Amino acid sequence: MNANLLFKHFKFIVGVIVGYGLLLLANYTMDRYTVYIIALIGIYAIAATSLNLTNGYTGLFSLGHAGFMAVGAYVATLLTFPVRLRIAYNLPLLPPFLGGPEYQWPFIPALFLGGLAAAVGALFVGIPVLRLRGHYLSVASLGFMVIVTTLAKGLKNITRGAAGIQAIPHYANLWWIYGWLVITIYVIWRLLDSSYGRAMLAIRESEVSAQAQGIHVTYYKILSFVISAFFAGIAGGLYAHFARSIRPHEFSFSMTFYVVIMLIIGGAGTLLGPTVGAATITAIKYALKPIEEGLKIYGLVEVLYAILLIVVMLWWPQGIVGGIKTLIAFWRKGKGGKENVRVPVGNVDRT
Amino acid sequence: MLIYTAQQIVNGLVLGSMYALLALGMTVVYGILRLVNFAHGGLITIGAFIFFYTLSVLKLHFILTLVIALLLGAAIGFLLDFVAYRKLRGGPEVALLITSLGVYIFIENTTKLLASPQPYAFRPPALFLQRFALKGIVFSSTDIFIILSALSIMAAFTMFIKRSRLGIAMRATAERIETARLMGIDVNKVIVTAFMLGSAIAAITGFMWGAKYGQISYDMGFMAGVKAFVAIVVGGVGSIPGAMVGGYLLGFTETLMVGTLPPGFAEYRDAFVFTLLLLVLLLRPIGLMGRKEAL
Repeated sequence: MNANLLFKHFKFIVGVIVGYGLLLLANYTMDRYTVYIIALIGIYAIAATSLNLTNGYTGLFSLGHAGFMAVGAYVATLLTFPVRLRIAYNLPLLPPFLGGPEYQWPFIPALFLGGLAAAVGALFVGIPVLRLRGHYLSVASLGFMVIVTTLAKGLKNITRGAAGIQAIPHYANLWWIYGWLVITIYVIWRLLDSSYGRAMLAIRESEVSAQAQGIHVTYYKILSFVISAFFAGIAGGLYAHFARSIRPHEFSFSMTFYVVIMLIIGGAGTLLGPTVGAATITAIKYALKPIEEGLKIYGLVEVLYAILLIVVMLWWPQGIVGGIKTLIAFWRKGKGGKENVRVPVGNVDRT
Repeated sequence: MLIYTAQQIVNGLVLGSMYALLALGMTVVYGILRLVNFAHGGLITIGAFIFFYTLSVLKLHFILTLVIALLLGAAIGFLLDFVAYRKLRGGPEVALLITSLGVYIFIENTTKLLASPQPYAFRPPALFLQRFALKGIVFSSTDIFIILSALSIMAAFTMFIKRSRLGIAMRATAERIETARLMGIDVNKVIVTAFMLGSAIAAITGFMWGAKYGQISYDMGFMAGVKAFVAIVVGGVGSIPGAMVGGYLLGFTETLMVGTLPPGFAEYRDAFVFTLLLLVLLLRPIGLMGRKEAL
């Protein structure tokens, strides 16, 4: 490990320690509802960070994130659900190859398996779609989400259908959630610093020139999509074991939309953008929720989000973190410093 | 059994007509801008609610409401292009896609805000409520209206795209936007026309949808719009006849799946549609009538 990399790791670890300190402070000073929202932000941040790998760094556009979260949530829940409650909740006992009827999985392996199941789902969508150019992925991944939620509603003797599963063990707390956020960010950061990440960035800039340089475009596109789905599955599993109840319609298009807008507002193609976006969007939602319910004007928050998304796309496509980076770069340039920051999704060139 | 099959074919024809109309408007935009225009689905919702207010609340004559809906649909198409899409032209294609998603969410939730989260009962004029039975096959005048008007709109659109100057310009722009511009084609005018035509057609489809199923809601357009894109892929991206054929094919497949499989499978119909999409992309990504895209 060279000195530069060591220094980067040092900065990362300091950042993690500071972050955990702030969390600790929040946990002891704030009320339970606020802490609940902070934990939720962590889950969304994992989802948005993983979406960033495909939508921000590889230049694909997936709209199926809620579907992968649903797979992760359902698989992890079905594995960890307590044996003694299974009969009462009409949930099937585990088949022999998963440990048999008397077995219930511990949290971490179950979470992992949920993530793996989501990754396998991504393979099913990715192999037919990612060989092609064009925006098939957005619709196909949306289709995957529809398939998953219809199955979750339809397979009543496995998932209890539209009623959903309640009384899921409360394994995921603030510390677990933010621990996984750190892992997600670390993995994606290290990935981007490797030849894999550079291949993905090259694909984002231009598929044709990436191919001309000998990059196996389809392979890296699928890889990026699968890794992204794995962490989405983890986020789903954490959500299930944090909220303690899941229903198929929760993992609908609006959840995908939330994750997408978090990514864009925070700054697609920046490492911390998704986390900032998750915090901003969730904070707006819970700040406006009392107003929306008090005045009985449902849909207000979504209208605001939509306007925000359009405005950001048109005039400020770097998002919050990207915008700050641009400002810093601008400032340094004034002092004879570095070059400009690339904008991944919206470098507008008016024609 | 024969009657049952014939009945299913009629149903498939009606659903297919609506998908084909939506796919028509969408494929022109996709051909030029390579944009999966999610906002197209929103236009169905808007169209249906325009008809609801003019017919049931203001109690205007049907022909008048038709004109109003067409004009408003086209105006909204113009507005969308002007406000949301024009600035992003020439930038990354993904930016357009994200913006169109934002536009759809805006339309859906504004409708929810202004109308209500509950679905409305949609009553077309009495003319559309007559029922006929032909040797046991039941159909309503709405079905006839949908099939006939879909066919005539498609015929008119095909004539427009094949014969008129603007139509030829549209095909040229879809072929290659830079070259079209070099040939002196006003690309912006072509794109605006594509949006306006597509949106007006989608607004009428909103009426058909409401009249056929008897209820309208703020989120009715989303699935229909996305399925219209599936129809485009099935028919072949970049081909206008392909989009129409794909629409009918999708309509038939969906009704036949629901009609022939055991009743318990009806709730999986959306899942079937998207499985079909994945299969088409796996086995024949250029669709039925599409051209191979350069890789």
